Amino acid sequence: MMNPLTLLRRFAANIVGHAIAMFARFVTAVRAEWRGIEPVPLQRVYFANHVSNGDMPMIWSCLPPAMRRSVRPVAASDYWLKNKLRAFVGPEVFNCVLVDRRPEARAAGEDPMAAILQALEEGSSLIIFPEGNRNMTDDPLLPFKAGLYNIGKAFPLVDLVPTWVANVNEIMPKGEVIPLPLICTVTFGAPVHVGEGEAKDAFLTRASDALVGLAPEVRR
Amino acid sequence: MTNTTSDILLLFLGVCGILMALSLFGEILRAKVAPDGTNPVVETFMTRVHSWWAMVILLSLALLSGPIGIVVLFAFVSFAALRELLTMTSKSQADHMSLAVAFYIVLPVQYLLVWLGWSGLFSVFIPVYAFLLLPIVSALRGDADRFLVRVAETQWGLMIAVFCASHVPALMTVQIEGYPPERALLLIAFLVLVVQLGDLLDFFFGRRIGRTKIAKGISPKTYEGMICGVGSAMLIGALLAWITPFGVLGAMAMAGVASLVGMFGNIVFAAIKKDRGIKDWSHLIPGQGGVADQLDSVVFAAPVFYHLTHYVWGT
Repeated sequence: MMNPLTLLRRFAANIVGHAIAMFARFVTAVRAEWRGIEPVPLQRVYFANHVSNGDMPMIWSCLPPAMRRSVRPVAASDYWLKNKLRAFVGPEVFNCVLVDRRPEARAAGEDPMAAILQALEEGSSLIIFPEGNRNMTDDPLLPFKAGLYNIGKAFPLVDLVPTWVANVNEIMPKGEVIPLPLICTVTFGAPVHVGEGEAKDAFLTRASDALVGLAPEVRR
Repeated sequence: MTNTTSDILLLFLGVCGILMALSLFGEILRAKVAPDGTNPVVETFMTRVHSWWAMVILLSLALLSGPIGIVVLFAFVSFAALRELLTMTSKSQADHMSLAVAFYIVLPVQYLLVWLGWSGLFSVFIPVYAFLLLPIVSALRGDADRFLVRVAETQWGLMIAVFCASHVPALMTVQIEGYPPERALLLIAFLVLVVQLGDLLDFFFGRRIGRTKIAKGISPKTYEGMICGVGSAMLIGALLAWITPFGVLGAMAMAGVASLVGMFGNIVFAAIKKDRGIKDWSHLIPGQGGVADQLDSVVFAAPVFYHLTHYVWGT
């Protein structure tokens, strides 16, 4: 029998999750475009571009509700455990896989990949941002970290799905407080896999190109 | 039940009858031409009719709930249209605050002015005050790159999506002798009906007998389709003359002008979409595109219709 308090927290997390998805829809009319793959609950790793803290909630909001439960965003524990509210929203509403990216944690022998591989072992799908950090440059993407390659090597049957989030940088640029209600589109492309004997850099370039290829061309 | 309410209901039932006939016509056409739903002309026609059903029900509910319903409905229409336009315009981070002001202050204030019936301030608020204020807010952030393009495109979006669109509910504030103020709700129904039905018939006739393109390379609209569409709008205007203060000839003229301006507005929007390389403004209305795609003609026609009503029949 589950502890009533746990049950209550889970119920609250569910409600908050729906509220976040509704808010995202109302403000940005966020829409998923499944261009290279169908929205079915298979185990996948969605890898996305990262320009703003709004990216992850956008991707999460436009997944079909039934899929949201099994898709876990990978996020930084130093951000999501900062205060009680975040510790509720990150781990409980979004069901985040928290990783510690801080150098001191790494020095202490903690491997951020362990938690990610563990979640995949359990059958969860993931949302990851392979650039590692928010992209503040004019380039479409920063060079990918090795994580995506390691995941692809360890789980060769899991689809790695390129996921382009358009416009979030204009909705909420870094340093601004008020989000603008502009239209956000999330495009899911054809999955990539690590080829037999494919080198790390070659694969990461290929994955990065597949992701950039989804960016809409807007003439300004 | 007041006279106005019963007239709105009568109008609603009449439109439901037309939509029923159009749905039936489309179904027969589909069964004849391509029962598997592969003929693009038939399918486009059907999706248009379907979204018409949704719009008619929404507009009727707003009309029945009175002025507040109409103001709120069109405020949301403006919000959705402005969002579609400003997603496509030039902007930089320096414009973030001025865009926030446009969405969260200018838009609600404009509709508040409509609601209060302050027609003097309502007609200068965006063309003068927003026009002056927003570039100041942008300039203070110190980014001169493409500055004129940025502020001009933002202002254009506000003018169309908020200023022009707000002239639809503003029709409620026009004072006409011998025409009770609450009946002005029916003028809104008149404007929306003649413009949208004219569009629908222009689309239909254009596909059947259209030959001469009006604006080659921008829009599929043809002179033949437009003439038939405007002509039909005038006939519909004559049939609806009983809900207006215009008289039969006046109603025909007003319907014709509104429909014509609306169709040219549609061509203008097509030019913007072509320039930005998009087919539709958004995907808000399934199979139909965005709010701006559906209401471009009404939004263009609204200020002209409002001013003509005011000058010719207003007191």
